[in-house]
Amino acid sequence: MTDTLPIVEMRDISIEFPGVKALDGVDFRLFPGEIHALMGENGAGKSTLIKALTGVYRIDGGSIVVAGQERQFTGTRDAQSAGVSTVYQEINLVTNLTIGENVMLGHEVRGAFGINWRATHAAATRALAGLGLDYLDTHMPLSTLSIAMQQLVAISRAMAIKAKVLILDEPTSSLDAAEVDGLFRVMRSLRDQGVAILFVSHFLDQIYAISDRLTILRNGRWEGEYPTRELDRHSLISKMIGKDLRALSSLGGSRRVDQRDYESDAPLFAAKGLARRGSIEPTDLDIHRGEVLGFAGLLGSGRTELARLLYGADRADEGETTLHGKRVDIKNPADGLEKRIAFSTENRRDEGIIADLTVRENMILAMQAERGWAKPIPRKEQDELVAKYITALNVRPSDPNRLIKNLSGGNQQKVLLGRWLATNPELLILDEPTRGIDVGAKAEIQEAVVELAENGVSVVFISSELEEVVRLSERIVVLKDHQKIGEIVNGPEITAQHVVDVIAAHGVEAAAESDIIDAEDEHDPDTSTPTRTPQASTRAYAATEEES
Amino acid sequence: MTIVQNPHTPQADAPATESGATRLIARSKRVIASNPSVLPTGAAIVIFVGMVIYGEIAYGRILQYNTVSNLFINNAHLIILAVAMTFVILTGGIDLSVGAVIALSSVAGVMLANAGWNPLVVIVLMILIGTTMGLVSGILIQFFNVQPFIATLAMMFLGRGLAALLSTQPERLGDESPILWLGEQFKLIDGPKVNDVVITPGVIIAVIVVLIAFFVLHRTRTGRTVYAIGGSESSSALMGLAVPRTKVLVYVISGTLAGVAAVVYTSRLGIAQNITGIGWELDAIAATVIGGTLLTGGYGFVLGSVVGALVLGLMNVLITRDGGIPPEMTTIITGGILLIFVILQRAVTSKWRT
Repeated sequence: MTDTLPIVEMRDISIEFPGVKALDGVDFRLFPGEIHALMGENGAGKSTLIKALTGVYRIDGGSIVVAGQERQFTGTRDAQSAGVSTVYQEINLVTNLTIGENVMLGHEVRGAFGINWRATHAAATRALAGLGLDYLDTHMPLSTLSIAMQQLVAISRAMAIKAKVLILDEPTSSLDAAEVDGLFRVMRSLRDQGVAILFVSHFLDQIYAISDRLTILRNGRWEGEYPTRELDRHSLISKMIGKDLRALSSLGGSRRVDQRDYESDAPLFAAKGLARRGSIEPTDLDIHRGEVLGFAGLLGSGRTELARLLYGADRADEGETTLHGKRVDIKNPADGLEKRIAFSTENRRDEGIIADLTVRENMILAMQAERGWAKPIPRKEQDELVAKYITALNVRPSDPNRLIKNLSGGNQQKVLLGRWLATNPELLILDEPTRGIDVGAKAEIQEAVVELAENGVSVVFISSELEEVVRLSERIVVLKDHQKIGEIVNGPEITAQHVVDVIAAHGVEAAAESDIIDAEDEHDPDTSTPTRTPQASTRAYAATEEES
Repeated sequence: MTIVQNPHTPQADAPATESGATRLIARSKRVIASNPSVLPTGAAIVIFVGMVIYGEIAYGRILQYNTVSNLFINNAHLIILAVAMTFVILTGGIDLSVGAVIALSSVAGVMLANAGWNPLVVIVLMILIGTTMGLVSGILIQFFNVQPFIATLAMMFLGRGLAALLSTQPERLGDESPILWLGEQFKLIDGPKVNDVVITPGVIIAVIVVLIAFFVLHRTRTGRTVYAIGGSESSSALMGLAVPRTKVLVYVISGTLAGVAAVVYTSRLGIAQNITGIGWELDAIAATVIGGTLLTGGYGFVLGSVVGALVLGLMNVLITRDGGIPPEMTTIITGGILLIFVILQRAVTSKWRT
């Protein structure tokens, strides 16, 4: 297909947001009749590139050529009229109108007396028929459909307006396996009709199942464009996370390993079949007293989603949790805090610190919230507490009255850690506590984590840096595609490579089972790794779940 | 190629042998199922009919020519305002400035007319004053990202202030002014005694406004975009709909129709004052909500708002007829009816939106 001209050619695209280079010299080509996967971790610039193409963002450098003409769209509307149609991850339809209207909005068939509704609904039915959905009653409100069906309606809409380029940004994240198969059939049939499809998904299996070529982005930079079948999973993951896996594996493994007897030691916190549709598949989990439990997996693998279920930010659809052997239902974060489960967010700036408050105020926030606002913490107690954590965590500068926004990221993180420690938690969940902070602060936070565990606090440690997880954790829960795919008991022989192997091997197994691609990957899963795979096929629950 | 099994039980079409009544019931069931937002509007109609029946039984002389005629004549301006407010609320916005726009527009209009300006020019100017105020609101909201509540509140103060600057005295239209013709009563059916069917050009204007609004909302892409914005503004933008233009447009429509309402009202009374129309924006909102339009946007009908305006008008008639109810009770009753409708809407939407 590369002998034809690309329908979309983006060259040397740069986009800057204040202080951040979101895209830096990215090239991207899309040919008619291909399914092209755009790969990269969260924050690599995939969505930014899509928004640059559709004109939601203006580009600061580079050129975009669509169908032979240099274009800079002014927005979705403009892009749509040039045949570039986008289906976003969050379904962008309006639930207050009918199915037919959602397909045809802005393109209704008009006659002498305004919109001809009969013809409009007929056209909508024709568009839906392309996806085999012509049995839908287009007069029913969209809200009567399941999320998956809405996603398919959104794709029908893209087809109703005769798209030449179809952009699918994570269309599969809310679909179950059967629905994904259906979507893939549609995508292949569109491809065969000459539509160029840009596909974004965090699910590697899906990428290998459907895409012809892929482009990899990392940290806003172009990492390469490959035919999908010529790039094995290991190389793909390496390029996405930007580190040679062999180099990675030389680090880590220095963590002392408890000779804990996991069978007899009753866990502090246990979850059984914990699941939430669209965010995490049923998961079993034990957390022991004074243990550091690592969550490893690529960004978007479900690490944060799982953590959110543990402390009550999201409610689980099913499964049960026990604390101290007693069944508990954690309704919300405040409830979690009351049960002495604390969570420190990965989104330090937006969900963590309150920029315009001082270090002291930020630090006592959670403790005060736990006590209730009617009982203010006496100033003296505040001072003692804050001084204690500033010293213990080595917050610099050590002035409690400084506004937190003037501290470096690493020190902000220490203040946040102090905030949760002040609540005296039994279980502390740290989501990416070391992201974006300098090496020194990172080491200090890691030390603090180890120390906490030694003092009997259970810590769930989530990080994208596998070496860090391996170094700190006693056990590592490996997540991929929103499910727990394994659990590794840490030991001197365990390295980041083992974790990567578990992640990569899982995909190969799944792919080999379903005969979608040839197992061309020569890396065998390391059989010496003590791996517990979760029982139960994880997709089954989705199919039986009622449509909302 | 069937991707997913049909999640709905197929709806059997009513067999041809069934009676018309059964088919009608089946059809209305289908309409309600496919558009649950008709329920609050339906409830408004039921309440209106109930009020008419109650009034007829309790006080008599409700269902007769002159009462009905007067109901429309006295509420023509409110109907126009309610229609205008429907556009705004359908997008999820609000327009608090309409009462003040009426004050400004009518005071300016009467003074210009009395200064000897051509009445046609005066009428056009009165409407354009509303258009301008609405345009400013729309631009503030869309391009300066001001909350609709705040932007139109500012315009409300501005309008009130400008009207007070022009005059704080009641301004009376000259008795010969041709503008008064719009409020003149024409007898269509000469009934016994004073029981006539009467109509004013103002009522005709209101009817035309309602018809145009209905057409725009249900038969044009712009109208559908208004509903879509109410459903989800960001989705609408990402669907490629003309969101900025439409959002400005609804405030322009609202302002313009406030100008039209000013013309209709002034022509009926012949007097304009800077305190005219205080609280009318709230009456318009109440009429719209009673008529079944959801304050969060996306659901509602122009005809519902008309019924809402008539409910409010009829309520005033009934209170006057009763004689025993102190006028102070009017607002309490309005509030009560409003509350019932909001609760009804809650019940309906919580059932359908989850």
